[in-house]
Amino acid sequence: MAEQKEKKEQIPRQKMPEQQPEVRKRNFLEVPLGYTPELAMKEASRCLNCKKPSCMEGCPVSIDIPAFISLIREGEFTKAVRKIWERNALPAVCGRVCPQEIQCEGNCILGKKAEPVAIGNLERFVADWERAHGKGELPPKAKATGKRVAVVGSGPSGLTVAGDLILKGHEVTIFEAFHKPGGVLVYGIPEFRLPKEIVFAEVNFLERLGVKVECNVVVGRTITVDELFGEGFDAVFIGVGAGLPKFMGIPGENLIGVYSANEYLTRSNLMKAYLFPEYDTPIARGKNVVVLGAGNVAMDAARTAMRLGADRVRIVYRRSRDEMPARAAEIHHAEEEGIEFHLLTAPTRFLGDEHGRLVGMECIRMQLGEPDESGRRRPVPIEGSKFEMDCDLAVIAVGAGANPILTRSTEGLALNKWGYIIADPETGKTTKKGVWAGGDIVTGQATVILAMGAGRKASDSIHKYLTWGW
Amino acid sequence: MFEILRREELAGGSVVLNEISAPRIARKARPGQFVILKATETGERIPLTMAETDPKRGTITIIYQVVGKSTMLFKTLQVGDRYQDVIGPLGQPTHLEKVGNVICVGGGTGVAVLHPITRALKELGNNVTAIIGARTKDLLILEDKMKAASHRLLVSTDDGSYGHHGFVTDLLKELLQKEDIQLVVAIGPVPMMKYCCQITKEYGVKTIVSLNAIMVDGTGMCGCCRVSIDGQIRFACVDGPEFDGHKVDFEELQKRLMSYRQEEQMAIEHFQRCTCSA
Repeated sequence: MAEQKEKKEQIPRQKMPEQQPEVRKRNFLEVPLGYTPELAMKEASRCLNCKKPSCMEGCPVSIDIPAFISLIREGEFTKAVRKIWERNALPAVCGRVCPQEIQCEGNCILGKKAEPVAIGNLERFVADWERAHGKGELPPKAKATGKRVAVVGSGPSGLTVAGDLILKGHEVTIFEAFHKPGGVLVYGIPEFRLPKEIVFAEVNFLERLGVKVECNVVVGRTITVDELFGEGFDAVFIGVGAGLPKFMGIPGENLIGVYSANEYLTRSNLMKAYLFPEYDTPIARGKNVVVLGAGNVAMDAARTAMRLGADRVRIVYRRSRDEMPARAAEIHHAEEEGIEFHLLTAPTRFLGDEHGRLVGMECIRMQLGEPDESGRRRPVPIEGSKFEMDCDLAVIAVGAGANPILTRSTEGLALNKWGYIIADPETGKTTKKGVWAGGDIVTGQATVILAMGAGRKASDSIHKYLTWGW
Repeated sequence: MFEILRREELAGGSVVLNEISAPRIARKARPGQFVILKATETGERIPLTMAETDPKRGTITIIYQVVGKSTMLFKTLQVGDRYQDVIGPLGQPTHLEKVGNVICVGGGTGVAVLHPITRALKELGNNVTAIIGARTKDLLILEDKMKAASHRLLVSTDDGSYGHHGFVTDLLKELLQKEDIQLVVAIGPVPMMKYCCQITKEYGVKTIVSLNAIMVDGTGMCGCCRVSIDGQIRFACVDGPEFDGHKVDFEELQKRLMSYRQEEQMAIEHFQRCTCSA
């Protein structure tokens, strides 16, 4: 065993080929290009196939990671993707957007001495391979139960619930408020990080399994949760996400050129404003852009602005580099593309011209004080340090809240003080009979995989309910 | 779904009426609410307040002025054609109650939005005066319907070709001077709503306006349609579209409506090039 471990460590982690920064910063094509089968098999050969795989403990949906990696090493790509499907219906998505460094790969034994196995890259590889070469076989479905489930929202949690329950023999209808399914995978995450064709292929896979998808239905307006029961649904899962933009409450926020990240990214991603005028929705193409916040959404907005032709893009963040919430890989990609980071800096007001258009931003320098309730050191303004920076576009990416459209129109659904739905963390059960919830509308803005994990728990609980009762 | 069952051109073709099949929306919609429409795969999401709904037929009616690329595209749709997407009903319904004497003021296609509200206010037992206006007689819409929906109808045209020579605001001011009015509802172009509010504020009469801010999703998700109401940010799509007119920052709204003026021009040129070469 010791000998085997030594040998495995000699093969370095196989890098995934990428578009060069100078090229990719001006196009919307995906940045990492994917493994070749040879690279994938070589990377798979690094796995120690541990008896007690700690990588699995780090996976919110408990994929049998060593098993699928072994199948890749043997060149059994179809079998490998089927192994992942047992626990995760969206591997092409998760392989791209999961924070593997703090989950599976963060737990990999190899990572202690050298670099961990590139589990995310391998997951992505087999999912892409199946989409390109697979025969479109479908997993077997259980006998029809005659029970009907309504899934509200078609983001990561909703798609997971739909995929699980259709396989267990229930009828599933997804209701989506937008005109296209996919939720945040479509309106939020940019094409260069997650090509929309992949999301639509995943949704199409569910449709082939028998899931019905109804777009343009705003539950809470077009139809209420109670009316869904009236239409004959036996259970309702709510996975509507965190669809409420946060603004900063500083003067000048309504100037033309100040966007919420939700608006900026929805215009570009869902409405394809980056293809204007071939697509009709416009978007401001700033030359001198600031993005406020330093999470993954901020990185997406900054990199989008660069691709829309900016000369300069600055991330402005009130804490320091150590506190930036974005994944290291996203920060690295942004830096490679020439995004500047202005840390320990907070905006105090936006400055406009006589037409109400943004021309600059007044900021103040910050220093770190005592830790706050989040455990991070609280940023404190340095007196007398105000200064101005020019900008013609500002994107506010400081988080999102709970959208009240559904929750306010639904009786008997208990909410916490921020307006998120209270749901049992183990089952996803809400305080309303027959109603489950999961994802960002329960936890607040989090990750795709955590939403999928919540969807998995909820679908297990819904299945139990439909089989044995509440 | 979303098939056009009836289509009429009004005001010499500069305004178009579509009655659209949308049973779910028709069942739920109430006066003052809006829908978002997208004609094609590459289209833009356009918010329009409903002029009429018929739950039995399962239809909604929209009346729009042809002003930009998207409405030019809408105008090409004929009976039997379909909108790719219609989403709604969105926004808060008009708060309707019996208050006494009410004036409903409408300008341009705002009259279409005003019509169901006027009718509902009359049905609730209010004494309703309607004032509608347009640049010129040919552009005036829904005169007969507004007459039927109110107790008294006054008309103005900017050029004097029909009714009062001047603006709807002249007629509003005259009535406020002479009569005891409890509520004004003003729906139309931003300058019209703004001047109506200036006048009613002088007389201390509560005034409701409907704001046509630029939107994307229409469900409070993006914040594009934010307006300042009494100095606070509100979203026209979920908190509105109707607000207390005396609290609205019309100047800001007018500026924000110009956000994409250049792009709108580009889009029109692109559209005309495409349709000419086709």
